[in-house]
Amino acid sequence: MRAFLRRHAARLVEGALVTFVRFICAPRVILSEPIGTRTARVLYANHTSNADTVLIWAALPPEMRRRVRPVAAADYWFTSPVRAFMGRDVFRVLPVERRPEHREGDPVADMAGALDGGTSLIIFPEGRRNQGPDPLLPFKTGIFHLAEARPETEFVPVWIENLNGVLPKGEKIPVPLICTLRFGPALRIAPGEDKAAFLDRAAAALAAQDDPDAPPAPDAPPVPDAPAPEPARGG
Amino acid sequence: MAAELALLFTALFAVLIGAGWASGRLSERAGADPDDMANLAERIRAWWGMIAILAVAFLLGEVALLLLFAFCSFAVLREVFTLVDRHRSDHLALALSFLLVLPIQYATIYAGWYGFYAVFVPVYAFLGAPIVSVLRGHTDGFLGRVSQVQWALMIAVFCISHVPALLFLDGPGFEGRQMLMVAFLLLIVQASDVMQYVWGKALGRHRLAPDVSPSKTWEGLIGGVLSAALLGAALHGFTPFGPLLAGTMALLAAAMGAFGGLVLSAAKRDRGVKDWGHGISGHGGFLDRLDGVAFAAPVFFHLTRYFWT
Repeated sequence: MRAFLRRHAARLVEGALVTFVRFICAPRVILSEPIGTRTARVLYANHTSNADTVLIWAALPPEMRRRVRPVAAADYWFTSPVRAFMGRDVFRVLPVERRPEHREGDPVADMAGALDGGTSLIIFPEGRRNQGPDPLLPFKTGIFHLAEARPETEFVPVWIENLNGVLPKGEKIPVPLICTLRFGPALRIAPGEDKAAFLDRAAAALAAQDDPDAPPAPDAPPVPDAPAPEPARGG
Repeated sequence: MAAELALLFTALFAVLIGAGWASGRLSERAGADPDDMANLAERIRAWWGMIAILAVAFLLGEVALLLLFAFCSFAVLREVFTLVDRHRSDHLALALSFLLVLPIQYATIYAGWYGFYAVFVPVYAFLGAPIVSVLRGHTDGFLGRVSQVQWALMIAVFCISHVPALLFLDGPGFEGRQMLMVAFLLLIVQASDVMQYVWGKALGRHRLAPDVSPSKTWEGLIGGVLSAALLGAALHGFTPFGPLLAGTMALLAAAMGAFGGLVLSAAKRDRGVKDWGHGISGHGGFLDRLDGVAFAAPVFFHLTRYFWT
């Protein structure tokens, strides 16, 4: 009974949140290539606002929203009953422990396991909110370890524009503005590609979406045998 | 009034069915550009949605129409604020535009308080917005930033709110039929837009403003506006006026609409965008569809108020 109520409450909250985000942000999704909703992939985005996760999640088509889990800090999402409900039942957050000394499992293994189960992930490889003048902070290495663990998986850069203008740090009232989400071409790790090269390439592919008129990100090193497209999972 | 509205919407749906059929025939022709044809079909589909929403609002009455235009003002304000030069110190001015200016304007229109809503945005919001911004003290680009907020408020809130303001005018001999005037204004501006395109395609030679809008011509403008005037004279029963005055009002509304489209195209070029937004598929943003209406509505409103009430 409680599980039933929780599930329906979560659906209700989802509907209300998606409507609210559409009202305030009118999210506009620009795809550079068609994006299948069935394949498990990793969406990685720039992080300028606490609402980034909600915006991407709300902008996704419903069938994809139900198959995606944002990766987020366990110490944020599971500290109060309301956050725990939002995190577990509404966003279905995949919690990662930020403080290594508190870690029980391996976050990369958890993420890889979710991908194996057909679930897409939303990650913010900068690791924290970017409040400086640079378009992107240096990426943390988690995205590389995940790519190494699942080399077939596609990583899709998602550039979020304007959200920081809706509610700049320190302001209390949001201003409705159109937020644009630019989905760049998907990339995969190349065989033998090292950490620095992959992180650079992933960051460049994301930053390239900031200015769509800029030249495209450098191509992956030549791949002898391009991996076959992933088979559709589930459904 | 119900009979006129029923007839009008039946006619509009018939036009849409005809347009759908014509666009289907066009796309079968050899040499038709598939992108253009897809956009045409998308535009016609969006027209179905817009006219259906308007029909429901007209059916529900004055308050529904007022709320529909309040939402349009909200959506246009959101589009324009997305493109203005913003600084952190303007945040409160932008937020109050949504939270105070827009609701107060529409509430006083509903109350019929003409002496207030006619000056609220051009006086109080005009002076209030820079005061709110200056208290945060950032002076770089101050005049430009503040002007853009004022401009956005005038177009999105003041101008567009004058469409439903017609509903709350009162004069002799046309009581209870004010909704027809709203239908008249919207129909004239949108029809003149379509007819400018048709006349421009048929006869267009002399460009109006090639750097702003390469496809607009003087022939299209004059033909479209005169056609709209004829349509307005024919539909004078939708206004409190006789054929001559109704035709003249339609001529002015259509001309203001045409120049409004041109002015707001120049503003888009200045901001480096093709469309104001993405709210109406095939058309762009709300302001792409309402640019002419925004320029025509206050003029149409004031002349109506002068000649009628």
